[in-house]
Amino acid sequence: MTKTLFDKVWDSHVVVEAERTLLYVDLHLVHEVTSPQAFAGLQEAGRTVRRPDLTFATVDHAVPTEGRSLGIRDPLSKKQVDTLRQNCANHGVELFDIDDPRQGIVHVVGPELGLTQPGSVIVCGDSHTSTHGAFGALAFGIGTSEVEHVLATQTLWQARPKTMALEVEGHLPTGVSAKDLILGIIATHGVGMGRGHVIEYRGKAVESLSMEERMTVANMSIEAGARAGMIAPDQTTISYLEGKPRSPAGTDWDEAVARWSELATDPGAEFDSVKSVDASSLEPHVTWGINPGQATSINGEVPSPDSFDDPVQRETASRALEYMGLAAGTAISDIPIDHVFIGSCTNSRLEDLRKAARLLNGHSVKSGVSAVVVPGSMQVKAAAEAEGLDKTFKAAGFAWRDAGCSSCLAMNPDVIPAGERCASTSNRNYEGRQGKGARTHLVSPEMAVAAAVEGHFVDVRNWE
Amino acid sequence: MKPVDTVAGTMVSLPQADIDTDQIIPQKHLKRIERTGYGEFLFDYWANDQPDFTLNDPARAKAKALITGPNFGCGSSREHAVWAIRDRGFEVVVGPSFADIFSGNAVNNGLLLVQLPEAAVNELHDIAIDPDATVHVSLEDQEVRAGDRVWKFEIDPEVKRRLLAGLDMVGVTLEYEDAISAYERQ
Repeated sequence: MTKTLFDKVWDSHVVVEAERTLLYVDLHLVHEVTSPQAFAGLQEAGRTVRRPDLTFATVDHAVPTEGRSLGIRDPLSKKQVDTLRQNCANHGVELFDIDDPRQGIVHVVGPELGLTQPGSVIVCGDSHTSTHGAFGALAFGIGTSEVEHVLATQTLWQARPKTMALEVEGHLPTGVSAKDLILGIIATHGVGMGRGHVIEYRGKAVESLSMEERMTVANMSIEAGARAGMIAPDQTTISYLEGKPRSPAGTDWDEAVARWSELATDPGAEFDSVKSVDASSLEPHVTWGINPGQATSINGEVPSPDSFDDPVQRETASRALEYMGLAAGTAISDIPIDHVFIGSCTNSRLEDLRKAARLLNGHSVKSGVSAVVVPGSMQVKAAAEAEGLDKTFKAAGFAWRDAGCSSCLAMNPDVIPAGERCASTSNRNYEGRQGKGARTHLVSPEMAVAAAVEGHFVDVRNWE
Repeated sequence: MKPVDTVAGTMVSLPQADIDTDQIIPQKHLKRIERTGYGEFLFDYWANDQPDFTLNDPARAKAKALITGPNFGCGSSREHAVWAIRDRGFEVVVGPSFADIFSGNAVNNGLLLVQLPEAAVNELHDIAIDPDATVHVSLEDQEVRAGDRVWKFEIDPEVKRRLLAGLDMVGVTLEYEDAISAYERQ
């Protein structure tokens, strides 16, 4: 019988088949915000962590990205981080703490350490766990009760999701990024397109993406409403993982590569649904609204709510324009910005920073614009500094910070003030996401850099 | 976990589509390490910015049913969203569709999610304009009653069983210890 990539991973993790499937978890990633109540529940019931060797923790959501030697000043955040430290110590869980050179955003750390591997089931109390699907893993976000369940049992009860093939036709034009691809997919098919489904991204355009670009795409599967996103592992995946600290080594490596090479969807395997997007027609995207589906081309304009046939979409567009302080018909390239944030589990890896720095070289951040780079991990930061990327950013007027989630969700001090506008390489432009009243426009790192220099959005394809 | 069967009470109507968990419980309230105490921060930013926001209406203070738009609970996996809804006294959310992670979190906290066709939900939004109007939801009978209207709803039998029994899933799963150990040895 022919199987999809998803079928193969799912079927090889079934522990019990009942009304639900009890699925085995190979890797459980933990962070400070969604785990304290789970550990507390475990302790109250007198239970222990079943597989501390498959559980890894880092601090990312609420940690400061500057002045770390001063400690965490927010008493609640400090207590959360201290609680994670205590829980990890009590249960023998490895923690990449704030002073560890491997600290960083959980979805950057897992892949760069080689913890993230094809064919595995990966969970974390964070919706962007979908990122790890870029390796052909089945990776999805869970709530805190489920975190507790995985800590205690290393398993989860799951209903088998449906499968969706997202066929990416053609190739991405020069100057159009992986971020534009996923924003284009969500703008075309909507934020609810993937509900109840695991999406497999397919096609030559996907195969030609680098590992880091694939992570950008898989990362925002949750913004398409999907349970998870997956990309078949291939030579790009294998080359990325070879030699990573926690990747298999020696004969284990050879066996792993042989196993991973069998994971791709069989020819003729059927999906529950198929959707497509034409990559060759995509342009750099900018969101204008309050959900990631409200995006358009850099050469477009803020739409009129009346242009939507669906009354629900019309209402959402109307609310969006009010919150964003935008008038219908405004050219996207006329929207002025106050802040630029390059970071988040979507776009904070070395390749993102290289592309941004290459474009930025020789330019300066526009006067009045506050621009920040927050590398995804301390390893990314060190690698970028070894190449001198930090010098380019700092010379242009960008702040160069330590690793964490930062302004993506503004749980740490990196809050965008109310009413101010941020060009952000993150994944969510929800109301209040970057701070109460803050206005977020999602873009690629290249688009963010150009906006920082000009003070408004510009088309990177003909900008220099 | 407390079993769920019937819910009877007044309603709050939030008809917008795609209400994300960042709206339900904003980030600044995720810093605590407890499972309770989130109710007063439910829709905190909207409640602060909009004096006429429906949850600010004292006549709605005892509502037990939240009537929503499609794709409710999308975005972040934060279970705090469900905790906040439960803490505020809501026992059921009725809408045309719910996001996946939110749905899983709801069942783990005894929050009943009832999915009805959009037209039925729209009727409920209309009925809910009257702050004294009540809705009666029976999980056992899979039925919603409001005004002179009755709607049957579909629900996953496993979700229904778990809610009716108030099951602690960790306890249930630990009964499968042998199967888990066998999987680990293979």
